[in-house]
Amino acid sequence: MSATLATVSYIGAAILFILSLGGLSNPESSRRGNLYGIIGMTIAVLATVFGPNVTAAGIPWLVGAMLIGGSIGIYASRVVRMTQMPELVALMHSLVGLAAMLVGFANYIDPAAAGTFKGAEKTIHEVEIYLGILIGAVTFSGSVIAFGKLSAKISGKPLLLPGRHWLNLIGLLVVIWFGWRFIDSHTVAEGMTPLVVMSVIALAFGIHMVMAIGGADMPVVISMLNSYSGWAAAATGFMLSNDLLIVTGALVGSSGAILSYIMCRAMNRHFLSVIAGGFGTGGGVPAAPGGRGKGNEPAGEVVPIQAAETAELLRESKNVIIVPGYGMAVAQAQHAVYEITRHLREKGVNVRFGIHPVAGRMPGHMNVLLAEARVPYDIVLEMDELNADFPETDVAMVIGANDIVNPSAQDDPASPIAGMPVLEVWKARTSIVMKRSMASGYAGVDNPLFYKENNRMLFGDAKKMLDEVLVALKA
Amino acid sequence: MSQVIGVPRETAAGEKRVATVPEVVEKLIKLGFKVAVQSGAGDAANFSDDVYRAAGAEIFDGAAKLWFASDIVFKVRGPSTEEIGLMREGGTLVSFIWPAQNPELLKQLAAKKATVLAMDSVPRISRAQKLDALSSMANIAGYRAVIEAAHHFGRFFTGQITAAGKVPPAKVFVIGAGVAGLAAIGTAAGLGAIVRANDTRPEVGDQVKSMGGEFVSVDYQEEGSGVGGYAKVMSEGFLKAQAAVFAKQAKEVDIIITTALIPGKPAPKLISAEMVKSMKPGSVIVDMAAEQGGNCELTVPHQVSVAHGVTIIGYSDLPSRLSKQSSTLYATNLFRLAEELCKTKDGVINVNMEDEVIRGTTVVKEGNITWPPPAPKLSAAPPGAAKPAAAVPAARKGHGHGDGAPASAKSMTIMFAVAAILFWFMGANAPAAFLNHFTVFVLACFVGYMVVWNVTPALHTPLMSVTNAISSIIAIGALVQVAPPIAGGGERPELWILGLAVAGIALTAINMFGGFAVTQRMLEMFRK
Repeated sequence: MSATLATVSYIGAAILFILSLGGLSNPESSRRGNLYGIIGMTIAVLATVFGPNVTAAGIPWLVGAMLIGGSIGIYASRVVRMTQMPELVALMHSLVGLAAMLVGFANYIDPAAAGTFKGAEKTIHEVEIYLGILIGAVTFSGSVIAFGKLSAKISGKPLLLPGRHWLNLIGLLVVIWFGWRFIDSHTVAEGMTPLVVMSVIALAFGIHMVMAIGGADMPVVISMLNSYSGWAAAATGFMLSNDLLIVTGALVGSSGAILSYIMCRAMNRHFLSVIAGGFGTGGGVPAAPGGRGKGNEPAGEVVPIQAAETAELLRESKNVIIVPGYGMAVAQAQHAVYEITRHLREKGVNVRFGIHPVAGRMPGHMNVLLAEARVPYDIVLEMDELNADFPETDVAMVIGANDIVNPSAQDDPASPIAGMPVLEVWKARTSIVMKRSMASGYAGVDNPLFYKENNRMLFGDAKKMLDEVLVALKA
Repeated sequence: MSQVIGVPRETAAGEKRVATVPEVVEKLIKLGFKVAVQSGAGDAANFSDDVYRAAGAEIFDGAAKLWFASDIVFKVRGPSTEEIGLMREGGTLVSFIWPAQNPELLKQLAAKKATVLAMDSVPRISRAQKLDALSSMANIAGYRAVIEAAHHFGRFFTGQITAAGKVPPAKVFVIGAGVAGLAAIGTAAGLGAIVRANDTRPEVGDQVKSMGGEFVSVDYQEEGSGVGGYAKVMSEGFLKAQAAVFAKQAKEVDIIITTALIPGKPAPKLISAEMVKSMKPGSVIVDMAAEQGGNCELTVPHQVSVAHGVTIIGYSDLPSRLSKQSSTLYATNLFRLAEELCKTKDGVINVNMEDEVIRGTTVVKEGNITWPPPAPKLSAAPPGAAKPAAAVPAARKGHGHGDGAPASAKSMTIMFAVAAILFWFMGANAPAAFLNHFTVFVLACFVGYMVVWNVTPALHTPLMSVTNAISSIIAIGALVQVAPPIAGGGERPELWILGLAVAGIALTAINMFGGFAVTQRMLEMFRK
């Protein structure tokens, strides 16, 4: 295959990738979108393999590597549980980052790749290598830590080193200084030291950055790492002068950036303050445990309720809105939720789901879980679509969510989450909150909802409680 | 030493309620109290002595023995003179007292060195709602008022189309949308009637709607909310406008239920004899304010009378007519009060005058009259200011592009200036080849921006996994390094490069296959 033919194939692949993302605009077209992505990827890989840059000697190697990687990938995609999607995605980000690093190093030590560049072109090429490895390393180590946090192998609490902003700044300066030395170097051996030092610093920086971020901010982190993995691909594209990589990297990068932006907006926080770590914008000072807005002791008292009474309330209502949160994922309660939903819908109850953009640990996490439990997607609505309907709702059931239904975000300007858009469940005639205990959410903010007069608390493991509710409903 | 709570049989004529029920007896015993019940106390409410005994209460024959044995007496109605005679020196009494109307009673109780908690004086604050017996009784009364009206009304409430002809639904007009009024609205609407309601406090309009009624407003500007959520006396002009509305309703509706009361004042006369005359024959008026003089001019208190073909019900014992229900709710209110009085759960009460709720409820403390209490520190919700004051930035749709509000002109100018300088710098220094790639890069960013904003938030997780899969395009970078055609001389660390490249391919292949496969798996699940 000639070079021009390969280039044309790349253009086709790029268009297919764009169509693939475009297909996700609604669930109907999304499956076709995924197919476009697969076709695009196949074209790109085949065009490269049979293109001018791969000789026959490499075929056994790359087939072998593809087989190994592919079978691991397929296996992982089969066994992963939908509740573990955030972990899987984080892990995949780390692979992209690592691959970008490897490609960068391989490219640097390959004299054939750098041979033709001179002057400004050579400098730019080296900057590209340097940046590619830098972004790849940050993505890699950051994603590994994110994976650890999501799978609870590492504590979800933000780790805040003293003077951490200074540490980061020093790291950045060192990286820049070594970058200058790297560009200045004349031989590969000479440039290797700065490159390795930079890689180590970048890895440490990635670890440090994600360690400092709290569990509730995970949706932002995942989207951000998604974005980074895109930029890493784009930087690799510049390094290899390959437009397909640049286009794909830019697509992925901007996709991740937009997701981060949406997530931040859904929490009413600035992107920088999330990245700076901890909760609260005041220079990342962690909110005091159980910290609440000053002089705003929640009045009233907590009224517990039993599963049987919950079933009674649900049975007698016409409109029900269910608000799931991370607790539902943890308890694996989505199937029980579906059974209850089906039962109520058969009885003519209008059951809908209200999804907050940051519910769960990654964007759209709740939608996937509910889809897995076979909840029809047309009754799963966004926050903005049904927030106005709560006054006409008989029962609003909150399953394992806390901060996203906290009225103090609207009522209490002193609250750490003031201004964050929330689902207004307290406007429903009755709200039922399923929770394991009275502990506060990730934001560490007390929730006045629990003390509202029309609120009931159903304490216990969400799955167990929902099963009991289901039994009571069927009785 | 745990104290004894005594529950005597009510002595007032026609009073069927009792101050505790067996279910609550058990709870009181759990609080550490002993419970004594006079034999026959629960008969009128269908609770036999045996059931009380089974719940753990001790049964006493005759009022005298019971009063003697009790440290604390729970009653429904205020005590009669004979009962005060039976009362222990320094004992505690909990019942309805109506201290404003019964100053004599207070003095007699004070002379006994008693401590008296009046269930009608519970402050109206959120925390005290669970012991608000007035509300629970009013709720029952509102329900019963509709049932009484239905009993005397010669037609269905609900509209029906039957083989024998069409039945129009009954029209019910409720005056006063307090607890009783709202209960009446809900009950009547539940029976299928068309319900309208009026109240001098315009803010209750939403509550009326929520119960299934239609709010009829009086077109006259005046704020009708008094302290503690009760209504107040209105001006002359308002009353005229109100009378006009009521006169119009009287001609249209079949049933009028009046619940208008003003604390410490006789009930306002809202339905004139003229209005009664204008109603259709067979109509019914339930005057729930009969005991305080009635809202209707023609009401005969405590009785059912007929005037101009309209049945006027003036019962003052509506809760007592539902004795089992009202006893149960009242007993629960008393239990909640006992909880407040006995926080240590050791069966000994502590009348803590620092506690706002107990302070308000206590009308006589150890022989000293403590009524009226100081004004409550805070009302349930300052009326009018109920709307959340905090400015909440309007949440925007997840779809659509970027910031809703366009950035200010200044920041836009700065952004453009910075971009211009950057681009100029690049244009001046970078080689042409790089600029080609850069063009592609910038345009691709824009395409990505446009495309991704259109992705529905429900599919954000598949979006991430599919972008993950396509970022495995980095594989190309590794592929070209495995075995490139060697262009020229020079030392080439073959093995290193091969190792790195093969590892890179394997890693990206995980993403490539895994990412697409898992996306496919997820998308399969999204169905209608």
